Amino acid sequence: MSAYEVSLLSVIGLNVILAVSLNMISGFCGQISLGHGAFYGAGAYAAALTMIATRNFSLSLVCATAVGALAGIVVGFASLRVRSDFLAVTTIGVNFLFTGFVRKQAWLGGEMGISGIPASGFGGNGNMFMILLFAGATIALSLYINWSWMGFAFRAVSEDEDAAATLGINAGAYKLAAFGIGTALAGLAGGLYAFFTQFITADTFDFIFSVLLMAMVVIGGIGSTFGVVVAAIALTLLPEAIRFVNDYRLLVFGGLLVLVIRLVPGGLAGLARRLTAPAAKP
Amino acid sequence: MTAALKLEDLAVSFGGVHAVDGVTFSIARGEFVGLIGPNGAGKTTLIRIVSGSVKPDRGRVVLAGSDVTGNSTASRVRKGLALTHQMVRPFREMTVLDNVMLAAGYRRTANPLRAVLSVGRKPERERAAEILVRVGLAGTEDKLSGSLPLGQMKRLEVARALAVDPQIILFDEPLAGLNQTEAARQIETIADVNAQGMTVVLVEHNLEEVMRSCRRLIVLNDGRVIGDGAPHEVMANAVVREAYVGSGIASHARH
Repeated sequence: MSAYEVSLLSVIGLNVILAVSLNMISGFCGQISLGHGAFYGAGAYAAALTMIATRNFSLSLVCATAVGALAGIVVGFASLRVRSDFLAVTTIGVNFLFTGFVRKQAWLGGEMGISGIPASGFGGNGNMFMILLFAGATIALSLYINWSWMGFAFRAVSEDEDAAATLGINAGAYKLAAFGIGTALAGLAGGLYAFFTQFITADTFDFIFSVLLMAMVVIGGIGSTFGVVVAAIALTLLPEAIRFVNDYRLLVFGGLLVLVIRLVPGGLAGLARRLTAPAAKP
Repeated sequence: MTAALKLEDLAVSFGGVHAVDGVTFSIARGEFVGLIGPNGAGKTTLIRIVSGSVKPDRGRVVLAGSDVTGNSTASRVRKGLALTHQMVRPFREMTVLDNVMLAAGYRRTANPLRAVLSVGRKPERERAAEILVRVGLAGTEDKLSGSLPLGQMKRLEVARALAVDPQIILFDEPLAGLNQTEAARQIETIADVNAQGMTVVLVEHNLEEVMRSCRRLIVLNDGRVIGDGAPHEVMANAVVREAYVGSGIASHARH
């Protein structure tokens, strides 16, 4: 496998983890987050600093995951106070806060970022396999959650919090859980990214990237694990395959996003369902 | 024996208007109580205080002996209070069966940790199917609940309330919007639920049905209890008659 293919597969794996974890927050539980990149970044910085200080690879990944989860739960408290569109705005703010903060901190490398992060010791192929393994585990976890009573309760909270409360479901606790799990995985992805590139800067984790992740979720089909996986892979490959898409990435993804919301609100998953069950009655 | 529900001196005002103004009453286990009052009497606010969506300025809500005044709606439900909404609120994207199953699984969904470790659905599915038969919704299990006609949605509300194994059910206008046949069918189900030992509080505009079914009537006016007792005695009370007949004029005069 060429170095290019290894790196491409690694990026696909990372994006799958990120999109599927965002789908747990925004798809399963209905909490729109446009700041997923910030938790990804928090994990990457946590892993980089831990690795530089301790040279302990596993500990670095654990720290990345924990920092992601912790930051997510803090932001999740905002979701208890504000609803839907206000939450989206709040999370955008969190993302800008993150990149703005990191750029100004000398101990985080400021504008220059952190370079020379010690290697994981697995080599490029090893890193790729590890990333793909975690991506597979994330997909499995997502399917399991959706299948468990947690997924059932998430659907209720996402549709009508007050009605959920009359069934004894504490909507707040579930929203925090969704944020905690989703951002823990984003933090983990950040840790894996830090070892994949061994060099990180704040720009990687900006708001635009968060919007790209949301585009993967919406185009894949909000709430559908498989749809989101397909969209994450497709939207990662598209700019590689088509030069034009790479040059006008934002334009193309933004256009796709608008088209999907307008024409197939269920995304790829909704489209697939419609095509496989043409005679289905509502 | 502790009361199923005890309200002690509840009061709340919004912008200087006393919506509920010192309401005290107690409901024993197994009672079938009608809560009535003219428009603007404070019924809805009182229900919202009992359900936990409005915080009272003073007073206590005691559910089966435990003070729940500071508790969330979800925690009150887990302590034995069930509610049906005046405006039906099924989970429209879920099937009828799933709606009731989710209610029946209230123990599994008590907290996220327990929920994520729970996977089986068989007992809840059986319980839900049984309840659907009881409220007359057999055969609709696999329909999306958003596609049901209003009469069936109202019954679905009753089914969900039953599924949380409550000590007491608060029905908020379960007959509103139903035609006579549907209303009769609905009140029959509610009376049947009460006959099997459930404490029932019925908030209803349909006086005729309330008079026929309830064994005790509590009348609210201007946020206060103005009548409490056997239905015919209460309705014979001059103060109550005055409130019903004169409510329109009286409320205009006060503003």
